[in-house]
Amino acid sequence: MNLTLKVWRQNGPEVKGHMDTHALEGVSPDMSFLEMMDMLNDQIIRAGGEPVAFDHDCREGICGMCSMFINGEAHGPGRGVTTCQLHMRSFNDGDTIAIEPWRAQAFPVIKDLTVDRSAFDRVIQAGGYISVNTSGNTIDANAIPVPKEQADDAFSAATCIGCGACVASCKNASAMLFVSAKVSQFALLPQGQPERESRVQRMVEQMDKEGFGNCTNTGACAVECPKGIDLSNIARMNRDFMSATVKSKK
Amino acid sequence: MLDSKIPEGPLADKWTKYKDDIQLVNPANKRSIDVIVVGTGLAGSSAAASLAEMGYNVKALCFQDSPRRAHSIAAQGGINAAKNYQNDGDSVHRLFYDTVKGGDYRSREANVHRLAEVSTNIIDQCVAQGVPFAREYGGLLDNRSFGGVLVSRTFYAKGQTGQQLLLGAYSALSRQISKGKVDMLTRHEMMDVVMVDGKCRGIIARNLVTGELERHAAHAVVLATGGYGNVFFLSTNAMGSNVSAAWKAHKKGAHMANPCFTQIHPTCIPVSGEHQSKLTLMSESLRNDGRIWVPAKKEDAEAIRKGTIRALDIAEADRDYYLERRYPAFGNLVPRDVASRAAKERCDAGFGVNKTGEAVFLDFASAFNRYGKTEASIRGLSEPSTEEIVTLGKEVVKAKYGNLFDMYKQIAADDPYETPMKIYPAVHYTMGGLWVDYNLMTSVSGLYATGESNFSDHGANRLGASALMQGLADGYFVLPYTIGDYLANDIRTGAISSDSAEFEAAENAVQERIDHLINNNGSKPVDDFHRRLGRIMWNECGMSRNEAGLKKAIMDIRALREEFWKDVRVPGNATSYNPELDKAGRVADFLEQGELMCMDALAREESCGGHFREEHQTPEGEALRDDENFAFVSAWEFAGDPSESKLIKEDLVFENIELKQRSYK
Repeated sequence: MNLTLKVWRQNGPEVKGHMDTHALEGVSPDMSFLEMMDMLNDQIIRAGGEPVAFDHDCREGICGMCSMFINGEAHGPGRGVTTCQLHMRSFNDGDTIAIEPWRAQAFPVIKDLTVDRSAFDRVIQAGGYISVNTSGNTIDANAIPVPKEQADDAFSAATCIGCGACVASCKNASAMLFVSAKVSQFALLPQGQPERESRVQRMVEQMDKEGFGNCTNTGACAVECPKGIDLSNIARMNRDFMSATVKSKK
Repeated sequence: MLDSKIPEGPLADKWTKYKDDIQLVNPANKRSIDVIVVGTGLAGSSAAASLAEMGYNVKALCFQDSPRRAHSIAAQGGINAAKNYQNDGDSVHRLFYDTVKGGDYRSREANVHRLAEVSTNIIDQCVAQGVPFAREYGGLLDNRSFGGVLVSRTFYAKGQTGQQLLLGAYSALSRQISKGKVDMLTRHEMMDVVMVDGKCRGIIARNLVTGELERHAAHAVVLATGGYGNVFFLSTNAMGSNVSAAWKAHKKGAHMANPCFTQIHPTCIPVSGEHQSKLTLMSESLRNDGRIWVPAKKEDAEAIRKGTIRALDIAEADRDYYLERRYPAFGNLVPRDVASRAAKERCDAGFGVNKTGEAVFLDFASAFNRYGKTEASIRGLSEPSTEEIVTLGKEVVKAKYGNLFDMYKQIAADDPYETPMKIYPAVHYTMGGLWVDYNLMTSVSGLYATGESNFSDHGANRLGASALMQGLADGYFVLPYTIGDYLANDIRTGAISSDSAEFEAAENAVQERIDHLINNNGSKPVDDFHRRLGRIMWNECGMSRNEAGLKKAIMDIRALREEFWKDVRVPGNATSYNPELDKAGRVADFLEQGELMCMDALAREESCGGHFREEHQTPEGEALRDDENFAFVSAWEFAGDPSESKLIKEDLVFENIELKQRSYK
C-alpha cells in the first residue's frame, strides 16, 4: 500500500504546531498502525530528519499509552481497539491519513503526538482508591461475598485503560467517562462503600480543577472508548455526586 | 563468597522466625529515611506504597507517562495463591513444591517457600483494595488451573488480571502520593546508581521531557525494573521494557544471576512479517480449554501451508494432539518450557501450519461442545441440536476469554470461534536477573531488586501465574520488612547529600555517554541494530542452544556492538523530549547484556527448564539436568567488559525436596 500521511508536528506546549505531509510506500496491510509509524520514522531518520514523537508501550491494547487522533477519530476508524491494535488492513491503497494528538486544554502537547495526561493521575490521587493499608492482615478474601453480576459490572468499569480517548472525542473535552468508571468500580463493591460519598466529591472536584469540560450527553466518549466503558457509569456518578452533596449540606 | 543469608531452622518456620528477629526502625526515625523505588509495576508500586505507609520518604520513578502503564498491566491469565478454596488438596507446601519442580530445581528453597507462604495474603489484600477478581454465582472467588500443576489455585480477572492487580497497587500508590509520602516522578529514567563509601546512596535520573539530568540521594535504592526479554527485539514485552537499570547496577558491582534463563512462552501469535515490532501473548489460561495439535500427516501440513486445505478439513483421526500424546498426565497443561520445545520439535519436523512453517493449532472445538452440553443441561433444554450446543458453548468461552479472542481476531484477521488459533512460542519472561540474598538485597549494600528484575524464585522456568504473585509478594510483604533490617543502621546517618564528588562523577559519566550518542552522526537508526541483535539471540540463545552457536553469537554480538558505537544515528538533541535517544541508551545496554547471556548459556553444560543445550538431552529429547555439577546459581561479576565477567557460584542446597528428573508424563 502507498499512503499520504498528514502528521501534526509541534515542538512543545508553547509553540505553534502544523501539519507535515509524508509519502510512505510499501506499507503491508498486516502492519499495525504503530508499525506503520515506525516505518515512517525509519524513513525520516535515514533521510536526516527528526522522527515523529508519539506515545506507545505495550502494543497490545492494555497499557493505555498510545493516543492518536486518526482521520478525526480517537484511535482511528476501528471500534473497541486502541491505536496499537488498529491494523493497516482497515485502510486502502492511496489513502490520505490525518494523524493528530489528543486535543484538550487539560492535555497539553509535549511534542508532536505526545500529550501530558497527568491530570488523570491527579484525579485518581484525589480519591480513586480504597483506604486500606497493605499489611496483608485484612480479613479472608472469601469473607466478602460479592454477587456475580455486581462483581462483573465492577470489573467492566475497572477495565478502563486511562488512555483519554473519551476526552479527545468529547466536544467539551469532558473526562466524565474516565472518572465515572473509577467511581463506579468502587461504588459497586461492598469494600468501596465506607468512602463512597467523599470519594465521588473529591474526584469530581479535582476533575473540575484540571479544566475538563462538562458532560452534555452526546455519548461520543462511549462510542470511541476502546474498552467499551458504558455511559451508565456517568449516570451512576451523577447520582452519587448529587446524593453526597445533598447529605453533606445537612 | 556469596552469602545468601538464608535463616537457620526448619523451612516452614524460617520466614516467621526471621521476621520476629529482624531489626525494626521506629516510626519517628522512618520519617528521616529516604528510599528510591525505580519502576512502578507490581513490584515497584506495591513496594513504594508499602514503604510510604510505614513512614519512609519515598521517591518513585517510571519512564512511562503514568505509573499505571508499567508492563505488569499486560499480564493476562492470573495469580497463584495457596488458598485451597477449591478443596483440591492445595497447600503452601504444594505450591512451594510445584514452583521448585517447575523451575527444574534451580531456585532457592527458602525464597520459594516464603513466596508460597505470603501468596494467600496477596489475595486478601487485593480484595480489600477492591480488585474485581472473577467470582462464582455464590459470590465467592473463582479459580482456574495453569501449566505444571494439578490443582486450581489461580485467581483471575478475565484475561486482564495484571491490569486489575496493577491498578490496585497504583491506587495504593496514588493514596500515598496524595498524602505527600511518595514523590512520583513520571517520564523519568534511571541512568546510573551512585555509590558512596561502598553503599548505594542514590541515582542519576534523566527527565525524559526536558532531557535534564537529576541527582537523587537516598539511604537505599530499590530496583523494580522488570525483565530483559527485549534483548531478543521480538518479545511479548512492552516496547520500553529494558535491562538498563539492572545493567547499570551490574556495572557498579551487583552480580547478574542466571542471565541465560529465559522463558519462551508457548502460546503467542506467530510472527507475520519483517515489519513486526512485538509479539502478542495468548494467555496460558487458554490451555485449560484449548487443545494443541498439528496434522499427523506431513502432506496435510504442506497443504495447509499452501492454503489448499483448512484446519477443519482434517479428520479427527489425522490430527496429532502431540502434548496429550507425549505427556498424558499433564496433557495440554505441561509447563511452558516443555510445551514450547514440543511445538518447535513438531515444526522443525515439518508439521507447522502457517506460511512460515512456524505455527501449531490451538483448538477450542471440544470446549465449545463440553461447555455447551453443561449449559444446555442447566437451561433444561431437551435434546438440543449440535448447533445449539456449540452456540451455547461459544457463549461460555466468550465469557471466560472474550478479550483474548477479540485480540486474536484483530491481529491475525481470523475468527478463533470458527477456526483454530495459530500459535507459536515467543520470548516472554526472564527468570534470570540481579542476584539477591534472602533480604532481596543485591551484592551491593543498600541496593535491592524485586520482581522480575531479580533472579530469586523461578529457577530455570517460571510457572504460569507466578510472576504476579512474586511481584506483589516482594513489594507488599517481603521487602518492606527486610529493608528495615538494613535501614535500622542508618537512623543516625542524616540526609544523604547529592553534592558529593561521587554524584558529580556519576552525572558526568552519564552526560558523556549521552553526548557520544547524540553527536555520533552515524548512518543507521537504533532499531536496525536492535533487530540484528534480536536475530542473533533468537537463533543462537533461544529455545535451543549449542556450543558452536553460542560461541559464534558472542563474536557476532561483539562486532555488532562495535558497529553500533561507530554507526548509530540518533537524531535530535539531548535537551528536549527525544524517544530515539532513550531507545539508543537501552539498546547499547542490551548489546552488552546479550553477550553475558550467551556466556552464561555456554558455561551451563546441562539442560534445565528454559535452558536447553542440544548436547544434553535424554533419548526422548527431554532436558537432561546435571545436578552433580550444576546445582548452583551462576552469579556473574562485572570486570570492565562483558567478556571479562567472572562466574561466582552459589550452591543450591535442597533439604526438603528430592531432586528428580522432572516428569509430566
